[in-house]
Amino acid sequence: MLAKKLKHLELTDVFIYLLGLAIVAVVIIGSIATLIQAKYALRAWFDLVLFGVTLGSIYALIALGYTLVYGILRMINFAHSEVFMSGPYIAYFVADAMSKAGLVEQNPLLTVIIIFIVAMLSSTLIAILVERVAYRPLRHAPRLVPLITAIGASFFLQYTFFRLFGPNLKVYPAINLFDASIAFGDFKITYLQIFVITAAGLLMLALHQFVQRTKIGKAMRAVSEDRETAALMGINVDNTIVMTFALGGALAGAAGVLYILVFNQVTAFIGFVPGIKAFTADVLGGIGNIPGAMLGGLFLGVIESLGPTLFLDGLGIAAPYQLKDAIAFTMLVLVLIFRPAGILGERLTEKKA
Amino acid sequence: MKAKVLFAVALIAIALVAVACAPAATPVPAFTPPADAIGTVKIGPSDPIHIAYMMVTSGADGSLGIDSRRGVEIAIDDKGGKLLDRSLKLDGQDSGCGAEPGQAAAAKLAADATILAVVGSSCSSEIRAGGPALSKAGFSVVSPSNTAPDLTDPAKRFAGYFRTAHNDKVQGAVAAQFALKQLKLKTAATIHDGSPYAQGLAGVFVDEFKKGGGTITAQEAVGPDDKDFKPVLTKIAAGKPEIIFYPIFIAAGSLITTQAKTIPGLEEVELMAADGTFSPDMYKAAGKSAIGMYQSSPDFSAFAGGYPDVLAKHQKKYNEKPLSAFHAHAYAAAMIIFAAIEKSRGEGSRWFVVHRSPSIARRDPKDEWVQGRNRHDHLRCERRLRRSQDRGVQSDRRQCEQTPDTRQAVLETVIACHCEE
Amino acid sequence: MNQPKSFWNPALKLGIIGGIAVVFIALLGMIEAFATRDIIADVIDMGRVLVFISFFMTGHFAIARKSGAASIENVLQAGVAGLVSAAFLAALMWLLSAMPTMRAVFVNATPVLLKTLLFGLDITIASIGLLALGAAVGALPAGLRFLPESPRRALIRASTWVILVGLLQELLVVTFKTTESLQGLATLLFAKTGLSIAGAVIVFVLIVAFELWRDRYGKTVRVRYDHLPTIQRRATNGVILLSLLAILLALPSILGLFFSEVLVQVGLYVLMGLGLNIVVGFAGLLDLGYVAFFAIGAYTVGILTSTSTEIAFAGGLPFWVGLPIAIAIAAFAGLVLGVPVLKVRGDYLAIVTLGFGEIIRLLALSDFLKPYFAGARGLELIPKPFIGSFELDGPQQLYYVLLVGCVIVAFISLRLKTSRVGRAWMAMREDEDVAQAMGINLVATKLLAFAMGASFAGIGGAINASKLAIIYPHSMNLLVSINVLALIIIGGMGSIPGVIVGALVLVGLPELLREFADFRLLVYGAVLVLMMLVRPEGLLPEARRALELEEFKEEEKATSAA
Repeated sequence: MLAKKLKHLELTDVFIYLLGLAIVAVVIIGSIATLIQAKYALRAWFDLVLFGVTLGSIYALIALGYTLVYGILRMINFAHSEVFMSGPYIAYFVADAMSKAGLVEQNPLLTVIIIFIVAMLSSTLIAILVERVAYRPLRHAPRLVPLITAIGASFFLQYTFFRLFGPNLKVYPAINLFDASIAFGDFKITYLQIFVITAAGLLMLALHQFVQRTKIGKAMRAVSEDRETAALMGINVDNTIVMTFALGGALAGAAGVLYILVFNQVTAFIGFVPGIKAFTADVLGGIGNIPGAMLGGLFLGVIESLGPTLFLDGLGIAAPYQLKDAIAFTMLVLVLIFRPAGILGERLTEKKA
Repeated sequence: MKAKVLFAVALIAIALVAVACAPAATPVPAFTPPADAIGTVKIGPSDPIHIAYMMVTSGADGSLGIDSRRGVEIAIDDKGGKLLDRSLKLDGQDSGCGAEPGQAAAAKLAADATILAVVGSSCSSEIRAGGPALSKAGFSVVSPSNTAPDLTDPAKRFAGYFRTAHNDKVQGAVAAQFALKQLKLKTAATIHDGSPYAQGLAGVFVDEFKKGGGTITAQEAVGPDDKDFKPVLTKIAAGKPEIIFYPIFIAAGSLITTQAKTIPGLEEVELMAADGTFSPDMYKAAGKSAIGMYQSSPDFSAFAGGYPDVLAKHQKKYNEKPLSAFHAHAYAAAMIIFAAIEKSRGEGSRWFVVHRSPSIARRDPKDEWVQGRNRHDHLRCERRLRRSQDRGVQSDRRQCEQTPDTRQAVLETVIACHCEE
Repeated sequence: MNQPKSFWNPALKLGIIGGIAVVFIALLGMIEAFATRDIIADVIDMGRVLVFISFFMTGHFAIARKSGAASIENVLQAGVAGLVSAAFLAALMWLLSAMPTMRAVFVNATPVLLKTLLFGLDITIASIGLLALGAAVGALPAGLRFLPESPRRALIRASTWVILVGLLQELLVVTFKTTESLQGLATLLFAKTGLSIAGAVIVFVLIVAFELWRDRYGKTVRVRYDHLPTIQRRATNGVILLSLLAILLALPSILGLFFSEVLVQVGLYVLMGLGLNIVVGFAGLLDLGYVAFFAIGAYTVGILTSTSTEIAFAGGLPFWVGLPIAIAIAAFAGLVLGVPVLKVRGDYLAIVTLGFGEIIRLLALSDFLKPYFAGARGLELIPKPFIGSFELDGPQQLYYVLLVGCVIVAFISLRLKTSRVGRAWMAMREDEDVAQAMGINLVATKLLAFAMGASFAGIGGAINASKLAIIYPHSMNLLVSINVLALIIIGGMGSIPGVIVGALVLVGLPELLREFADFRLLVYGAVLVLMMLVRPEGLLPEARRALELEEFKEEEKATSAA
């Protein structure tokens, strides 16, 4: 019996590793084929990586919100994507008013600062509201119950914005703050790209310090380790959880502003895709792990931007960018085959997972 | 009689350049109500004339169907809300721009025997799944925005299905010819967003462009919810196309428009989109980048007189600019149905063929739409008449399909269309 | 009445919440959209009913926490709560008339909304009327407490039924009119829009009478049934079962085309729900990409049976040949996709399976595989099932295929649940490590769950492909997976009747109310949240789950007490 079982186990293991190797082989062969054809200039590769890093740093910022909440409550906060959307959506009305008042042209810097403040506040507020209404009453319910309320809250928020403010695309006024660019020989970086990457990096660093150094951060870590013990140690668990949601919300709001600085338009549905991507980034990096979220976000952004061209173009696959999400998810499977708990994740015990 | 038809047709705002192929009026001396229960709708003196829409009116694609529904509503207003001394009643179903909701919407409409005709659907997927049910119920269906060519392919067409929309074959060809002949470009790249509409249109463009001697450097596809098109544009830039044709929708289309010119190698490329982005929202979203780009679309400005009038009514009624290009087709569809019901009162069923003219308009730096040079006058739509009688409009939905001679007329019309397309 | 402050506080608080809610509903456009739908012709429309319900619920919650006794105090509190929320709505009215430009932000703040709220009156009179109405309707739930429980419940249920029947007027008229003998009934009950006044009275009286009868005699019937000798009881059971079966069989011809279509959709989701119930409900493996197997089933049948010339291989086989192959391939896909995620747990599994669902959809959509799957334009010309030369072409015929499918799959689920495998799944659900220590082969157990679940979805996909005659990759989206997951949890996880109830609530009901499609997903989201808050165990929970949930509630009480 035991021998039989062992044999069985081996079979599946062999299958898994073969699958992993097959993916790696396709990636390597595809990349070599693409590079040999030399259709793309070095500058193009540089640009692709740069686009990926820019988008990836936004993913990473959103991913932090998921990871913070996951660390504490062990739940996927599906409504986080709508927290991300709501900030820039509400800030749009302020930006629009400022544009009509001529402020955007006069003082673009002030405009951006105001947009940041409004968006971060709105997102924070929505995050706290969602926690209060949809999650807190279910603190001790089985895992899937808050998952369903999270999905419900996500739909509710999406369609609330959609119905309240209409189906039209909301287009931000052009903010001429980051239009210039720096050139290094053939390579060019716009101020906007520099700003997005730096801002995201600084915010992540700030969060890391906050969680490591401050008292609230310590409380958050304690609650994430063991809620009951933390409560016994005199930590107000409910407040700590609200703080976590607020922090995640503020980061999502900031990510939202970076997002509209790059893409300039909001609808009620812009949160959905980045939300899924950010959560994927979390899982890639190791869920509940802050550096992991950053790493996962950047990895995903770069794979999405670079992957289709690098891996698939050389293989002669038609319209590779249509498959960019398929590539991203395949990479996720690949990572999880070799590291089931993500790149930086520790092996989770049953209780945590 | 013919004058009356012409009058009704003239009301149709999008230019009905000519009414041709109308079979010579063969007056039917005495109307005998068909024995077929499905084909007969008894409308009493106080009953309304019930028209239904089947369009996507909610969700992210909702503006497409809402725009079309407004076209029908304006058409009803233009009729004073009355037809044959009865009030016109419009209601309908949201068909969700997908196969499943389309089929459900069709089932719901098909269950209502008071409906005379349907304006719809918005998306081709809806009618493919829902068409058989509508057809079986005996409805005439006139679509304002189905553009898939094979929907009116005689081998596949559902009985009773018509459209006022131009189809992809025409628009794709017009766009390709325009790029080749008017702009004198030799290399092109296409992007579609995985929607049936965009994929089909991009495919036709590619075929026509190659046929005309051009080279396609890349055929790319993206997702409708994508935001960052710089990677795919960077890849396209490596092929050095002179024009990019991206017949997609506003959200993605506006972003491609703004992002394309920032890509090294694409600074001088011409951009061309199609009627899916033919909306004020597009120019708002794309801002300055939209200046100088091309779009193919139905040519409203060629339709003397009527269209500005409809636009004014639209502005008054809805307090905004039209959401897309299809309200005019919907207006025409409704008017065709009304004319058919009116006209066929006590007469036989009959078919009309209507010429319409799409063209290419260019947006010039002065923000004005200038009439394009490439006139393409062979886009047709078919319409179907309904047989009715003075006392209680009794419509025969199947007559056309059942009697051999009218059936032949149907097929001739459709085949004629396809020959010219 | 000790302190005025604590007396008015809850009323004020609830009034404010209710007021915000009703203004929110108005700005969402619900009142305006629903106002086009008469409940009772020329008397009241759904938009106004919505306003009434808001006030009523405000009053209800204002006194909900207090003991059931009727008192003037309660009436006052509830009335004040209603008044306050009416004041919010009145304020909105003034704002609308004073500042029509707010429409630039809130798209539903239209003149039509104002007109609906004004009831055709002058704004001052309308405001006063609205406040009075708010107070009166708000006080109603407290006033109802003066009645004994039985008539009170009867009244509330009867009003609910009147609203429901009025809402579904259009459907019912169409259904009634298809049957010759019911035409008279239709003209009696219904006006052109909504119920006629006579119809409303009839429905109301009938329901009240029925409720009162049930309260008085319902128990007696039940007791008499319990006291029947075993043989007779079995006979009664048999008769009930048989008539149930007869009704199930006759449903499509009774209800007509559209209801059958709705039932078919519900049936498809029941199939998928039963499948996912095995994976998530029994085995505890969180799968967010369940649609992948639905897609695989659909595309297998599509490719095998289609006569399209657009794709490289189109089998042109009959549906009944395609179906078993589709089930087999879906089950195999369950195995293949299950193996790489064997070691992945919990939410990691959720996101990986979500990824699988997306990968399958994108591959079906892609230009790359277009020669095989037909890409975005859909794989078409899929034939309907035939029995002999009889084509099962409409929902009224396909219903039977689904009915048989659901019965078989439900039977298999039921048997599996109590089998050795079923117990192994549940052990694994509770604790993987312990289950393994107890000698359960995790690999085989997990893979079997994936394969079984996948094969059920494969059946659903196959039938759906044939039903639609064309399949689009767009139909295979994440929303399907989420919908299936939500319906098994709303129904009660692990419970087989729960799946059916969940599908009726989350798939059937929205489809019946498709007029209000604008609000479909909004209400869907709200319902998911509310349902989980009120009944986290689901509508028809599995006995064991219900127990666990009881524990959770106990724990909840303990923590809130502490």
